[in-house]
Amino acid sequence: MFRKILISVACCAIFANSALAADSINPEQDFKAFRQFFQSKFPKIKLDDFVNGPYSVDEGLHKQWLQKEEFPPYDFAVDKGKELMAKPFANGKTMADCFPNKGIGIRQDYPYFDAKEGKVITLELAVNRCLEQNGEKPYSYTGDDMASVTAYMAFTSRGKPFDIKIPNDPRALAAYEHGKQYFYQRRGQLNFSCASCHVQSPGELIRSERLAPALGILNAMPIYRSEWGGMGTISRRFTSCNSQVRGVPLKPQDAEYRDVEYYLSYMANGLPISGPGARP
Amino acid sequence: MNTSHHFSRRRFLALTALAGAVAVGMDALRAVAAFAADAAGWPADAFKQKSEADAAKTLYGKTFEPSDKVKLDAPEIAENGAVVPISVSSTLPNVTSISIMVKENPYVLAASYKIPEGTSAAVSNRLKMAKTSQVVAVVESGGKLYSASKEVKVTVGGCGG
Amino acid sequence: MASSIRVRATASGETTEVQALIQHPMDSGFVKNAKGELVPAHHIETVQFEANGKVVFTALWGPAVSKDPYVKFSFKGGKKGDDLKISWVDNKGASDSMTAKIQ
Repeated sequence: MFRKILISVACCAIFANSALAADSINPEQDFKAFRQFFQSKFPKIKLDDFVNGPYSVDEGLHKQWLQKEEFPPYDFAVDKGKELMAKPFANGKTMADCFPNKGIGIRQDYPYFDAKEGKVITLELAVNRCLEQNGEKPYSYTGDDMASVTAYMAFTSRGKPFDIKIPNDPRALAAYEHGKQYFYQRRGQLNFSCASCHVQSPGELIRSERLAPALGILNAMPIYRSEWGGMGTISRRFTSCNSQVRGVPLKPQDAEYRDVEYYLSYMANGLPISGPGARP
Repeated sequence: MNTSHHFSRRRFLALTALAGAVAVGMDALRAVAAFAADAAGWPADAFKQKSEADAAKTLYGKTFEPSDKVKLDAPEIAENGAVVPISVSSTLPNVTSISIMVKENPYVLAASYKIPEGTSAAVSNRLKMAKTSQVVAVVESGGKLYSASKEVKVTVGGCGG
Repeated sequence: MASSIRVRATASGETTEVQALIQHPMDSGFVKNAKGELVPAHHIETVQFEANGKVVFTALWGPAVSKDPYVKFSFKGGKKGDDLKISWVDNKGASDSMTAKIQ
């Protein structure tokens, strides 16, 4: 009894690095609750359309988005990504060789939990590991090359539903839970959590910009943002979100970021990859 | 970005110099000559004007009047001022030019299109708007100018969605 | 080196619809960099479209055209298999061109 109270307190603690009992973590239950929350909040949106973020919640934005999609600005990144994946390294291998099926049509399987290493591996991390293992310089996680490669990989997976697995391994469950906690934890001078905007206020305006629902929010990544005048990776978006709430951003691919990507991607299981995407 | 343009320009010029590929070279030369003449016709003064009337005067030497035969399609609220999808079309006869102006931009003329015979009187493009502004489409038809305008709201967010 | 120009030209009946997307910074000259210095204007000035050697459309662009600019127009007289040539010149004198087949 006392142990149960301890565990629930530990779960609520900001820095919960104590071991969490596996039976208190229930991704399937979270998944159902998450999905039901968004579908009842937005009954008119078709489940698959959640992947279009702010465009699914605003008619005026939706029309402009369709106009952009006629010939989308991320086309150049997709081409560049295809080139980069096929370009031979100094040792003769290519980036395609690092991935199952040469990197084609696999994006929906990331992130995954690596049992050997005991950590979550995201697509961006896998790309840079491939470069390092082959003696090449890794890309900046927030730069154009990483965006191009992940854009191409997302493009080859378009339409495929997210298929994130959480194995029955206490470490995987802990990583999932860690990501979930990060998502709901407030931070920064503005004291916002990811949930403050994307669970409590999707569809509403924050200083005149439309907030996207958290359901399916990573499906369109990486994105060409009109605001950035260019592409941005998941790492770029996470670090800039932290800055925007006047918090200190973590380093790209730090455990919290990888784990929150794991959590959000799992929550979007079954929803189609729509990346790369265009956003305001 | 710049180096790639210089490279392709150098390559383009090198191609024209190659006597070996005569057919390609001759075509390229002709294309360069034809295009250079057009390029020299970029209306620098028109692109420096600060009022729609002045831009029309500098570009066409005329004034314009509204017409319901000019259709301007622009969003009510731009999703982002950097990329505003705007389309203009007209059912007027003998359209030879379409220009688009943004009243509150530092220089009002954003783009101008030459419409030769056989080309539809319609264009879609993406423009930058500095702030909430009237967008004015001007169409030259049969030597006269006709216009349509619409207000597009531009907000500045900075928080992201 | 991939071309800066991407084009889709589709013939349907008598009309050919052309969409072009060009990779270019289109710097307006009004924006400052992180150091507070103005980034000089660097934008495409003219884009010319030719089908079968005849100019079918000319775009005259200023700094207010969006980055990675897009344009769509239609013309009569093109048919599947015809050549469509697109060339641009910017304010620094750089240029690029490419020829695509009408689909």
